[in-house]
Amino acid sequence: MTDTVESISSMIVEKLLANPKVPRDIDGNSKIVEDLAFDSLAVMNFVMEIEDELDVSVPLDKLADIRTINDLATCLAALKSGAH
Amino acid sequence: MTDIFAKYAGLKAAAAGLTAHSPRNPFGVVIDHPVSATIGVIEGRETLLFGTNNYLGLSQSKAAAEAAIETVRREGVGTTGSRIANGTFALHRALETRLAEIFRRRHCMIFSTGYQANLGAISALAGKDDVLLLDADSHASIYDASRLGYAQVIRFRHNDPADLDRRLARLKDHQGAKLVVVEGIYSMTGNVAPMREFAEVKKKHGAYLLADEAHSFGVLGEHGRGVAERDGCEDDVDFVVGTFSKSLGTVGGYCVSNLDGLELIRLCSRPYMFTASLPPEIIAATLAALDEMQARPELRKQLQANAGQLNRGLHKLGLKTSAHVSPVVAVTLETVDQALAFWNRLLELGVYVNLSLPPATPDQHPLLRCSVMAVHTPEEIDRALQVFGQVKAEILG
Repeated sequence: MTDTVESISSMIVEKLLANPKVPRDIDGNSKIVEDLAFDSLAVMNFVMEIEDELDVSVPLDKLADIRTINDLATCLAALKSGAH
Repeated sequence: MTDIFAKYAGLKAAAAGLTAHSPRNPFGVVIDHPVSATIGVIEGRETLLFGTNNYLGLSQSKAAAEAAIETVRREGVGTTGSRIANGTFALHRALETRLAEIFRRRHCMIFSTGYQANLGAISALAGKDDVLLLDADSHASIYDASRLGYAQVIRFRHNDPADLDRRLARLKDHQGAKLVVVEGIYSMTGNVAPMREFAEVKKKHGAYLLADEAHSFGVLGEHGRGVAERDGCEDDVDFVVGTFSKSLGTVGGYCVSNLDGLELIRLCSRPYMFTASLPPEIIAATLAALDEMQARPELRKQLQANAGQLNRGLHKLGLKTSAHVSPVVAVTLETVDQALAFWNRLLELGVYVNLSLPPATPDQHPLLRCSVMAVHTPEEIDRALQVFGQVKAEILG
């Protein structure tokens, strides 16, 4: 199966919603720090869960440019396709 | 004009919130003066110190103090220069030789602090085309080193060699050098690294392994060389970084290795080159502390016994502690308010421990970080446990 930005974004939202503390109305445009109230450590730990799912590793410097769930999905899709 | 501190509005509010609910600033404790290694005067009261890194009690070593006094009279109070300029005295070389001998390695560099040892070694070893693989719970100095060195940085799950294995496998086509960084004992939780398993994984993938034995040097291993010695895998650990400010009781840091390339690091490691070297009296005190550490192996045995007593005692009180028995014992609490009240009450009853709050803690829970020394008496540990029991009943019910 090809992992598209859309499919990865949906998977991320689904995983986030499994956490009862995360607001119910999130979507791909939600900002990870501002809208989800994640601190930097929480972001890194959450990304680890997604990494396992997709069998990729996200270098920490890539996280600095990520603001929304869709940004994260775009980064993961690129890593998955070997573009980075 | 833009307020240069505006970005700290959240921090300001968080700090104000903490002090509003606390009779004292938990990050502003003043030890008026130490009475001994295990007792300090805080707020005018003699207080049992269970929140230091003075594992062998050597900060109060008479021999180290005498060595420092004799040296400061002979050589003065500082070097005023970098190791690569006027800041290398014969004593600096003597300490490097001594540490290399202790670790049975060919090379040793010493740094002005333990923080700078990690910063200077890791940032110089892992350059922009390399990959740095860090345990997720790494110390700030390791994360900061990763930012200074421009390497690609990948975190792996804490103390999880299988996760490291997966992540190294994903890098099989990456041409750069790979450096894995783990700590012997983790400073906040007391967790001990599965060093032998990490060493096996790094060998399998052709990576280098750096072990930060800051909290395990002088503590674990038959000769006190740390977790790698205890696990019998020192030959597979390429670099050992450590500090003088824990079991040796002074200040400074080091990196030892058998790899000749380490000597090149002296010429490119910015935290080594662009700072003043250690003052001679600190070097002399550190050498004396090393003598004492080697001459008194019974300190390590007593430390383990004391660690067991504190760990078992806290566990028996029904407090949540790590499964690892090490001189660092973290008590995990549920909420920051609980932790703050617990910590204040311990101090009022004469027991000082460290308060650690998220996000500086590994799993978003606040910690009361306790540490034990070889020179704590069983009675002092019992007294601390008794106070813990009283405060638990008062705060947690």
